[in-house]
Amino acid sequence: MAKSLFLERLAAGKPLVLDGATGTNLQTRGLPVGTPSDFWVMDNPEAVLALHRDFVEAGSDLILTNTFGSSRVHLGHAGLAERFEETNRLAVALARQAAETAGVMVGGSLGPLGEMVEPLGSLAEADAQAEYAAQAHLLAENGVDVLVIETQFDLIEARAALRGVRFATDLPVVVSFSYDRGTRTMMGVKPAQMVQVFSELGVAAVGINCGRSVEENFKVLQEVRALTDLPVWFKPNAGLPLTNPDGSLYYSVTPDLMGEQARSWLAAGANLVGGCCGTSPSHLRAIAQVVKGQ
Amino acid sequence: MEERIKAIFDCVVNGDNKGIQAEVETALAEGVNPSAILNEGLIAGMGEVGRLFEEGEFFVPEMLIAARAMKSAMAILKPHLGSGEVGAAGKVIIGTVKGDLHDIGKNLVGLMLEGAGFQVVDLGSDVPAEKFVAATQEHAPNVVAMSALLTTTMVNMKSTVAALEEAGLRDKVKIMIGGAPVTDAYASQIGADGYAADASRAVALAKSLTA
Ligand code: B1M
Repeated sequence: MAKSLFLERLAAGKPLVLDGATGTNLQTRGLPVGTPSDFWVMDNPEAVLALHRDFVEAGSDLILTNTFGSSRVHLGHAGLAERFEETNRLAVALARQAAETAGVMVGGSLGPLGEMVEPLGSLAEADAQAEYAAQAHLLAENGVDVLVIETQFDLIEARAALRGVRFATDLPVVVSFSYDRGTRTMMGVKPAQMVQVFSELGVAAVGINCGRSVEENFKVLQEVRALTDLPVWFKPNAGLPLTNPDGSLYYSVTPDLMGEQARSWLAAGANLVGGCCGTSPSHLRAIAQVVKGQ
Repeated sequence: MEERIKAIFDCVVNGDNKGIQAEVETALAEGVNPSAILNEGLIAGMGEVGRLFEEGEFFVPEMLIAARAMKSAMAILKPHLGSGEVGAAGKVIIGTVKGDLHDIGKNLVGLMLEGAGFQVVDLGSDVPAEKFVAATQEHAPNVVAMSALLTTTMVNMKSTVAALEEAGLRDKVKIMIGGAPVTDAYASQIGADGYAADASRAVALAKSLTA
């Protein structure tokens, strides 16, 4: 395997700062509710670039491409399948452009396909694998440092995803689950199952991203840390969305509070930290200050 | 009789698809009241599944297999329900709006409406506004029922209402909406005729809208 910047930085032992949310931040910058954030890669690339830059400036060591929902399956539902290559290529270019000057790394984001895999759903495992392979191929080819299979909830889909990514590239892979039923995923997957399955499959890190509350995410972190020596990726959401009287959304956890809590994430053994939904550049700055101040 | 219904209830909760078909056949053969099978067996069973899901005891797989068992029981039960001919209560077209693939709740609402005597035309999930319009033209339903589970797709209920308006169909149908992020206030805001929080309330609402 070629030398990997990501693995080197990880091996150096210092915790790394990830980025914050994509969708919720683009919404505060005018993305209409109802429009997937991935669409702005093509329709409003300046805004996507600006958000990447804000995270870099706030202290990210690694930012994620805006490709969470840019699988062929997702784009196909929106009638955009023919722009699959274009949007993934452009998304990597935007992230790279923001990362360049600061020596920041870029992770290729791969979200769930949004359809359930057999036997519960109708998507064949082999097809799921092929979809992940196709997107991972584009992200790798266009220059990401690591692939991040994130917000997963189903062991079968996540395993197919990893096989697909491995088929497409030798780059390191992170696999991260969303424990949005407290300390279980919506399919009932437990932290221990994630650790058991993916540590055997040689991922670079296992992760936790998005869930119900920072506190519940933290509980999962503690469970995971107790079970493995692998690096742990940790991106909790800034609490849950609440509605302003004018209908706009805000998140319950403030930047200060998030920074405060980041201390305990490091103490609990997280190696890569950032935030998911609701995590603005100010939240990220607070997290980065704690991490860099260590 | 009580025991038969309890067995059907348990089959729903356990997602026992084979068992439930046999239990429903037996219950019907023994003369158990079909609407008791529906209400105290299937609907109550699904309510229990919902409760266990909320409590974190059940997860999506359990929910799905329970819904599957309920569906096959309904297929056997439907011809026996006292609600007269299918469609006697009215006709409903139902679908999950564009961009949204969540169909578990929508399917339950559809099943319960059928159980209550409505003829249900199910358009599936990820249904664009134009398809709701075309189906309304084709089937001339009493009610158009839309489901959405994502805050990002709720807005497509609004555009569907607008499309029906545009097509000159708005005053020919009642529109009802539901799904976890949807509220009563949202229903009035987008000009729908009603909102229901769960499947039994959806039946009550459909009845009141068509009364
Ligand atoms: C017309 O009149 C009416 C009247 C009443 C009506 C009605 C219509 N429709 C419903 N009702 C009412 O009656 C029903 C029965 O009582 C009720 O229906 P419900 O649908 O509410 O209840 C069902 C019986 C049970 N509930 C459900 O079936 C939903 C359960 C949860 C776990 C869920 C599931 C199962 C799934 N998901 Co998704 N999923 C979640 C859900 C989290 C949760 N805990 O609820 C939710 C809804 N999902 C979410 C997300 C984000 C997503 N999901 C996605 C995918 C999926 C699966 C495919 C894996 C699967 C759906 C399978 C399927 N075939 O339906 C993706 C989107 C795909 C898409 N484009 O739609 C994806 C974007 C994930 C991803 N990153 O890819 C979240 C939505 C956040 C938000 N507010 O916008 C979510 C709340 C999970 C979370 N905590 O983040 C009532 O609402």
